[in-house]
Amino acid sequence: MCLAVPGRVLRIEERDGTRMADVDFGGVIKEVCLEYLPDLEVGEYAIVHVGFALQRLDEESARRTLELFAGLGILQEEFGDPWEAAVAMDRLTGGSEIGVGEAER
Amino acid sequence: MKYLEEFQNPELARRLLDDIRATVTRPWALMEVCGGQTHTIIRHGIDQLLPDEVELIHGPGCPVCVTPLEVIDKALEIASRPEVLFCSFGDMLRVPGTDRDLFRVRAEGGDVRVVYSPLDALRLAQQNPGREVVFFGIGFETTAPPNAMTVYQAKKLGIRNFSMLVSHVRVPPAIEAIMRSPDCRVQGFLAAGHVCSVMGVGEYPELAERHRVPIVVTGFEPLDILEGVRRAVRQLECGAHTVENAYPRAVRPEGNPAAQAMLADVFEVTDRAWRGIGVIPDSGWRLSERYREFDAEQRFAVGGIQTREPAACRAGEVLQGLLKPHECEAFGTTCTPRTPLGATMVSSEGACAAYYLYRRLDLPQVRIAAPAGVEASSVV
Ligand code: SF4
Repeated sequence: MCLAVPGRVLRIEERDGTRMADVDFGGVIKEVCLEYLPDLEVGEYAIVHVGFALQRLDEESARRTLELFAGLGILQEEFGDPWEAAVAMDRLTGGSEIGVGEAER
Repeated sequence: MKYLEEFQNPELARRLLDDIRATVTRPWALMEVCGGQTHTIIRHGIDQLLPDEVELIHGPGCPVCVTPLEVIDKALEIASRPEVLFCSFGDMLRVPGTDRDLFRVRAEGGDVRVVYSPLDALRLAQQNPGREVVFFGIGFETTAPPNAMTVYQAKKLGIRNFSMLVSHVRVPPAIEAIMRSPDCRVQGFLAAGHVCSVMGVGEYPELAERHRVPIVVTGFEPLDILEGVRRAVRQLECGAHTVENAYPRAVRPEGNPAAQAMLADVFEVTDRAWRGIGVIPDSGWRLSERYREFDAEQRFAVGGIQTREPAACRAGEVLQGLLKPHECEAFGTTCTPRTPLGATMVSSEGACAAYYLYRRLDLPQVRIAAPAGVEASSVV
């Protein structure tokens, strides 16, 4: 949760009076709030944490970090289904009383 | 050197290591503050690659781990209410309260949802006007601004069925508390890069000066950590104690002023209890008077909760760098990620979990098999 992930701004628009963007994190697209970096522009990279752009980043560092995070499974941790992850962790570490079906709820 | 090949740039890593080796003349203990850094260190075996003189002590920088049991129990109680739609980040699902966790509350019929952003919780409140939507607001200075903005928006949009259970923590008072501890062995800090992206470095020079301790702002990639260690060791070897920014691509000295202004509006500094450590003065944030109407603790009048910490758990010592996870008796026996006794075993950023997943010291070296469909890289 504490790790912020770099992403690239694809599109910017006002929603509910708030500056929001679609941001690409190595293939996963998420809605991100730009209120803390209001002059960020389409095509630029930023460090994004829990749906908020917090600091600009140059393209080269952003790309390197994204590649590394993808390889380490951090993108999966950040954007994957946490219920599934909780169940997978259960199975990984010896099965579960709660049951695998939990993930599909 | 077997891990070195896994580095993104093994050549640069080797050069940094050589430089550290050439610089170091005696033992030094450095603390990496952030749990994300702890995981990078353990996952890549950086602590083993470093010369014996350099010891890395894991710090309290896992927000999930340091959230007090009492707050977890309050969350569980609120989440169990039929009228409540409880929203949380995924990391909190398996954090044990006194007798259950959020995963269990959901299995028992509670409406617990995982959101990616606090704004998702606010949207759920707009979409479900008949429900009480509660967001579990924990985290350090990186997470606090998004949560502050969400409360600000709730007020601006007049959304009345939204509230937040707030338990935010601040890094500098934790560094202060660690340095003041009579058992403290820490001689230098690798400060958490993303916290500094928001707060800048302004809070650190005074700390570095007063405790005569170098503080190097450090990123999360393996090379970032090596560079942070290299700079801290260089300072220690020549008796310096300044603040250095080894993560300039993401950290500007002034941080993010817009985020700091929002924090100052929505939150106010308060004493906060850290799980396993106790109360640290001025180490947290709570909603300021203007936003108190969004305080879930008040709205649901959760008070007088009786907590029971498992006696065997030594997470407090782990979080203060006094004990390595595998030195805990329960590690890997009665305490595993499936049956965690402490949050440090369950959180994806917890030190006990890092040791369990990547280095089951003193345990038979079982390679944990990935379940079907889960890539090994996403579980180790
Ligand atoms: S191994 Fe388990 S019991 Fe021991 S300190 Fe870590 S979380 Fe607590």
